[in-house]
Amino acid sequence: MSGHSVEDIKKSVKIYIGVFASLAVLTVVTVAASYLDLGSGEAFFLAMIIASVKGSLVAGYFMHLFTEKTTILAVLGLTFFFLITLMFLPYIAFIDHTAI
Amino acid sequence: MEIPYNVEERQDTGMYNAKLGIWLFLASEVMLFGGLFSAYVFLRMGDITGTFSSGSQELNVPLATFNTLVLISSSVTMIMSWVSLKLGDIKKFKLHLGSTLLLAGVFLVVKYFEYTAKFHHGIYPDTSTFFAIYFTLTGLHMIHILGGMVVIFYFLVPGSKMMKTEPERFTNRIETVGLY
Repeated sequence: MSGHSVEDIKKSVKIYIGVFASLAVLTVVTVAASYLDLGSGEAFFLAMIIASVKGSLVAGYFMHLFTEKTTILAVLGLTFFFLITLMFLPYIAFIDHTAI
Repeated sequence: MEIPYNVEERQDTGMYNAKLGIWLFLASEVMLFGGLFSAYVFLRMGDITGTFSSGSQELNVPLATFNTLVLISSSVTMIMSWVSLKLGDIKKFKLHLGSTLLLAGVFLVVKYFEYTAKFHHGIYPDTSTFFAIYFTLTGLHMIHILGGMVVIFYFLVPGSKMMKTEPERFTNRIETVGLY
């Protein structure tokens, strides 16, 4: 972002305000969804989907990832791969346990 | 000795050094929190005594919602402080960065009340696996926020001299603070 012009930055202010409003609405949606009569699995996945959308908005716009350099995207891609692996470890253990 | 690539971009990475540095640090933080989230899922899946469902009933949803909105607001004021610097508006920069510091303080005060309410009810990290992971995750997040507050305070008061001597370098520093 360091190379962006003054005009670009002025335009991006409107986007930041829009992202802020979206994040506030999604926070309310998360709380409302917690009162729905869902199973713990469904509630967990719904919360994760909303959290992922919120995280993408923050990373993409506030942290400028949508316009960031390939080097950073490559680092984060690798991090994401290991993060997903880490998150699947409990499920692998669960499958292994139930298979016995 | 002058530290290279404070302002100008390196040819191989396409950015100034601090930006790559902070992203590498953030990648390590993703793995740190990721490990704890993985532990949360693991503990929740193995929860046969129902401590997760009963423990979650003890959480204060309205306060947590308020704190989430405080954090969202602080992320906007943080990026607006960088925008103000880019536009050369020092007064607004200080206002936005100061607001970010204030909002981080509000978050910690709310968290203090949440924690003390639990302690008054006899709820501690050793109460159950749910509260063990709850206090670990939220405690680590609080340390992260405290670290951010120290850095923001530095750039707001003692470190702000650089704004006049090396404005571009200072703007890049504020960008890296915002990324954190």
